[in-house]
Amino acid sequence: MTGQHSGDTRKGIRRTVARTLVALAGMFVFAFALVPLYDVFCQVTGLNGKTSNQAQALVHEAADQDRVVTMQIITRGSSGLPWSLEAHTRQVRVHPGQSAEVDFTFENLGDEVSVARAVPSVSPSEASLHLRKLACFCFQNQRLAPGERFEAPLVFQLTRDLPDDIKTVTLVYTLYRQDAGPSRENGTQALGGDA
Amino acid sequence: MASHLPPRPTAQHSQADAGGMAADEHHHGPRGLKRWLLTTNHKEIGSLYLIFSLSMFFIGGIFAMVVRAELFQPGLQLVQPEFFNQMTTMHGLIMVFGAVMPAFVGLANWMVPLQIGAPDMALPRLNNFSFWLLPVAFALLLSTLVMPGGAPDFGWTFYAPLSTTYAPPSTTFFIFSLHLAGISSILGAINIIATILNLRTPGMRMMDMSLFVWTWLITAFLLIAVMPVLAGVITMMLLDINFGTSFFNAAGGGDPVLFQHLFWFFGHPEVYIMILPAFGIVSVIIPTFARKRLFGYASMVYATASIAILSFLVWAHHMFVVGLPLVAELFFMYSTMLIAVPTGVKVFNWITTLFRGSLTFEPPMLFALAFVVLFTIGGFSGLMLAISPADFQYHDTYFVVAHFHYVLVPGAVFAIMAGVYYWLPKWTGHYPHTRLSQWHFWLSVIGVNLTFFPMHFAGLAGMPRRIPDYALQFADFNMITSIGAFMFGISQLLFVAVVVLCVRGGEKAPAKAWDGAEDLEWTVPSPAPLHTFETPPRFEPDRH
Repeated sequence: MTGQHSGDTRKGIRRTVARTLVALAGMFVFAFALVPLYDVFCQVTGLNGKTSNQAQALVHEAADQDRVVTMQIITRGSSGLPWSLEAHTRQVRVHPGQSAEVDFTFENLGDEVSVARAVPSVSPSEASLHLRKLACFCFQNQRLAPGERFEAPLVFQLTRDLPDDIKTVTLVYTLYRQDAGPSRENGTQALGGDA
Repeated sequence: MASHLPPRPTAQHSQADAGGMAADEHHHGPRGLKRWLLTTNHKEIGSLYLIFSLSMFFIGGIFAMVVRAELFQPGLQLVQPEFFNQMTTMHGLIMVFGAVMPAFVGLANWMVPLQIGAPDMALPRLNNFSFWLLPVAFALLLSTLVMPGGAPDFGWTFYAPLSTTYAPPSTTFFIFSLHLAGISSILGAINIIATILNLRTPGMRMMDMSLFVWTWLITAFLLIAVMPVLAGVITMMLLDINFGTSFFNAAGGGDPVLFQHLFWFFGHPEVYIMILPAFGIVSVIIPTFARKRLFGYASMVYATASIAILSFLVWAHHMFVVGLPLVAELFFMYSTMLIAVPTGVKVFNWITTLFRGSLTFEPPMLFALAFVVLFTIGGFSGLMLAISPADFQYHDTYFVVAHFHYVLVPGAVFAIMAGVYYWLPKWTGHYPHTRLSQWHFWLSVIGVNLTFFPMHFAGLAGMPRRIPDYALQFADFNMITSIGAFMFGISQLLFVAVVVLCVRGGEKAPAKAWDGAEDLEWTVPSPAPLHTFETPPRFEPDRH
């Protein structure tokens, strides 16, 4: 049918198609560009509740004796990883500016060597910018032999510029397998158990 | 644009008569199955799209019937939870990508060239390709039902990591089929944009176009903008599942919430992709049967454009409970509420067009009027959901299900049916059977409300969506809903009967089948011959 169109129309169609294709390619690239943009945006604003991946230095400031913030600590395992992670203290009350220590125990309850990492998440997410970790097991993978136990400390500080409306900060550690474990296969078997 | 239009093309097939009288005997293409496989004719491809969409509507409908049969009573009766999840997921995917979107593309294929006085779509062979991608895509999607591990079972929104780490092995097929359907939509959108911008008959300016053409132009731009984002998201899923990346995997430093942001950046414009052409159809039908010009033509165009632009700024209202900071909750709450303004303009214009019109209630008008009332109910529940603090209670309850079914079933689907009833005389040369159409309409309206209205109450009382069982206090609402759903489902067989009867015979329709119809398609004979407007028609631009 294009044979019917006059030269001008054909040129117009070609131009329109070229422009839409450029827009398409642009949007496809934009979708992937959103991933690093999101990461940078979250790093600046703390919006996804992630904390720094490296040990940070203590900010030397006098503890704010007038404020008390409750720090709750939650640990979670994940499917396909027979480990337990326990915090020795579930809740600490700290003054902003003061540093505190909580100990954790990792234990491999399975019968093979496995590698995992505890990935932190902070809620409310605004607090993540004000939570400084001076020492944490979450900076590296842990490798545990069957039945092996391992104790590790978390040393942290909530800085004094923590927004006033935050009274409770929840820090969650979720264990994720880091070696090529059977976690996905387990998941699908669980879901497709009827097959 | 008008001043840049090319000089009137000279008809190269000299037999073609003015006004599109060219008859079927000029068609020398292959016959039988090959004719449909190889057709580049916008009317044949339009029919293929519509037939495909209707079959998907029934397949998706059967899945919905399975869901409603299971939810007829509390407890587990008919299916296992795993299969129930597959049914809800496949119902949503098939209805969104297989029924509603192709139906609108089919209507655009048929009617856009006829309404702008073009001989065909700008890229006819591409048109053929974009249609035939769809049966492949959906055959692939449906085949996952018989694969080990079952079909996708993570909801039509396929949130990661449910759709990556914990997904059934068939997910890769689901991703591929969605890629194909997405490419089909993109190619269709390119074609529609190229047609509308380049092939309008001489003298037709942009602001002379029918609203159906306008809304489709804007929809096509939305498709161009967001389908690549969907393609990107599912590509990331594919990489996470098969190539060990961690876009959405917290274990590797990714973020599942990122999936939701990306998905809804596509997803919210997507819901307008499914409703803007519906606005266009209704804006064409109401003036016809009110025998008045559409009230506020220009404001309708600007309202449609505003809705499209705003749709990019509201995506996180689907994610109020993921832990957004207060300022984001407020921003997305207010920007969502802002959409009610252009939508309100549209509803106001429809009602004002009806005001003191000489109304008649032929089947297309019945569906268009039901659309205005019932879509508005869906709009209001959308406003309730936009209120961020209230949404913490409504989130993931049947209230949400009620809301989006009100805008999609008596919204988009009723508008498609209104369009089909409106244009059937043009397609087939016969009027649809009046009595049967009226039965179809009333059973559908009653069925739809019986199905979806009680869901509001069940949702407000706390019934969660996507769960195969429920607490006893929801039993009555669910039984009513299921009865309504069966009623709505069965009455759609009447629709098939009406269409089949109309194709085979019935009262003969003249070129101008409806008294108040003014657009260009009513200047060609009914049924429209295979080739129309080979010589661009004369257009007198003072209708709006």
